[in-house]
Amino acid sequence: MSAFTVPQLPLGSIQGALEFIFEPQPSNVTGGKLVGGLDQTLELALTQLEVTVLALALSMLLALPAGLYLGHRGIGELLAVGLGNAGRAIPELALIAFMAAAIGVGTLNLTIALAVLGIPPILTNAFVGIRQVDRAPVEAARGIGMTEREILFKVEVPLAIPTLMAGIRLATIAIVATATIAPLAGVLTLGDYIINENVYGENGVVAGAIVVAVMALSLELLLALLQRRLTSKGLKLRPA
Amino acid sequence: MRTKTTRLSWLAVCTGLVLVLSLGVAACGSDDDDTSGESTAAESEGGGGAIAANPANGKVTLTIGSKNFAESEITGEIYAQALAAAGYKVKTDLSLGSETIALKTLKQGEISGYPEYTSTALESLFSLEPGEVPADAQAAYEKAKAELEKDGLTAFPPTPFSSANAVGTTTKLAEEEGLETVSDLEGKSESLTLYGSPECRQRIDCLAGLEKYYGLKFKSFHPVDIGLRYTVLEKGQADLSILFTTDPQLSAEKDKFVILEDDKEVFPAGNVIFVTRNSVVEAAGPDYEKTIVAVQEGLTLPVVQELNARVELEKQTPKQAAAAYLKSAGYVG
Repeated sequence: MSAFTVPQLPLGSIQGALEFIFEPQPSNVTGGKLVGGLDQTLELALTQLEVTVLALALSMLLALPAGLYLGHRGIGELLAVGLGNAGRAIPELALIAFMAAAIGVGTLNLTIALAVLGIPPILTNAFVGIRQVDRAPVEAARGIGMTEREILFKVEVPLAIPTLMAGIRLATIAIVATATIAPLAGVLTLGDYIINENVYGENGVVAGAIVVAVMALSLELLLALLQRRLTSKGLKLRPA
Repeated sequence: MRTKTTRLSWLAVCTGLVLVLSLGVAACGSDDDDTSGESTAAESEGGGGAIAANPANGKVTLTIGSKNFAESEITGEIYAQALAAAGYKVKTDLSLGSETIALKTLKQGEISGYPEYTSTALESLFSLEPGEVPADAQAAYEKAKAELEKDGLTAFPPTPFSSANAVGTTTKLAEEEGLETVSDLEGKSESLTLYGSPECRQRIDCLAGLEKYYGLKFKSFHPVDIGLRYTVLEKGQADLSILFTTDPQLSAEKDKFVILEDDKEVFPAGNVIFVTRNSVVEAAGPDYEKTIVAVQEGLTLPVVQELNARVELEKQTPKQAAAAYLKSAGYVG
């Protein structure tokens, strides 16, 4: 009776999951066809990366200019912080189902739904990051005759890079993790392994989770490196 | 500055809550909480219905269970109310969760019996592969009965209706392309899109079986949440969608959606069988099986679709729907 087996040690299922990632395994419900394995895993991971990048690009496109502008002008706190926070409370699945009736399921629906997840941290951090920049250099810049645009991009943005990037990193992690629900909206990502335990078994579920976790950590690392490159030399803390 | 921020975040929290609530309400219909209790239909003193009350049954108390979705609760209620009409003392314990919980509850003696599906029993409880589950109702029933026998359980004969996966489409497309059976898709499926649950893609009793046994190739397969199976057809995104034979939409909107007959029997039989303990059968006497077999005779596919529509679309309770069935089919007076 498979239903009443003693729960396996996590170590055992991790080993099974690793085998599942690299070698196709038999399944109970496929009529003999093997499932999993490196080819399928890479294909799913690639789609997951694809929708992540698309959604992140869309949320940056919408949230960065708005956050920077509002932060620079010091207006629209309600929009930047309030709406940003409210946006975090929107349930993704409900959103996908809601939009399915309007624009149908597929990559477009999914990209918008995931971008909704990315907009709040980017918008809020952009606003707060610019607002919290020390007023002295900004006044000095204005004093030497810089235009408002120059002040924003040459003074405020470089000084706000750590906060700005923190927002983007938060958004990326949220998006890449949530992209696992994509198979419910017509797009095959690693979530296929996670939501279809009947097909892939426990090993498939753990395998999907492992690969998503590795992807999230890699993206985080990549963005941390990018942040270091972007941070102006004068701002970096150096050992004396 | 500080007070302003506080006020603003309150505003934000409220806006967020309102959004969540409105989306939540839009996305999911409310479930019924009327899950357990005494069956009231017992009071109908055999007033001219087909089921006759036998006073000898009054000393037997039966507890009828069901799993936690509309169709299972409706069939559970039908059995419970019919047994009550036959003179038994009947309690119900509906919403037992999944089949593993229901079976465990049955084995532990907390319930006397519950409605199960042949395909679910064989695949989920007895770990048969979907390809090994017969599409023929009688064969599937006998196989399930033999498996249950090992645990001191038995199953009464199956219902006329089978709850199974089905290839569905719009009436419009079916007419245009002349589609009645799944085989009719031959030569046409290459230009048609198929939508189904994410699980369907790899399953031999779903897409993999359609490809293997019917030799069909579809233009594309798109995984979607099962809650969207009619939305994608309605929106014109999907040409074909994997539906369930007992879906209420198939009776409520029968001018819009049709299912294609599974002429090569890829989808396993999912007829309801009433599963009970051998000891209960002995104690309850011959009226037990007789009543259950008699009352399920009217449960054909259109009838079950209509009963599901009452509960899922019109928000009646399973109890009300079951009572309406028993009355209109003449089982109780």
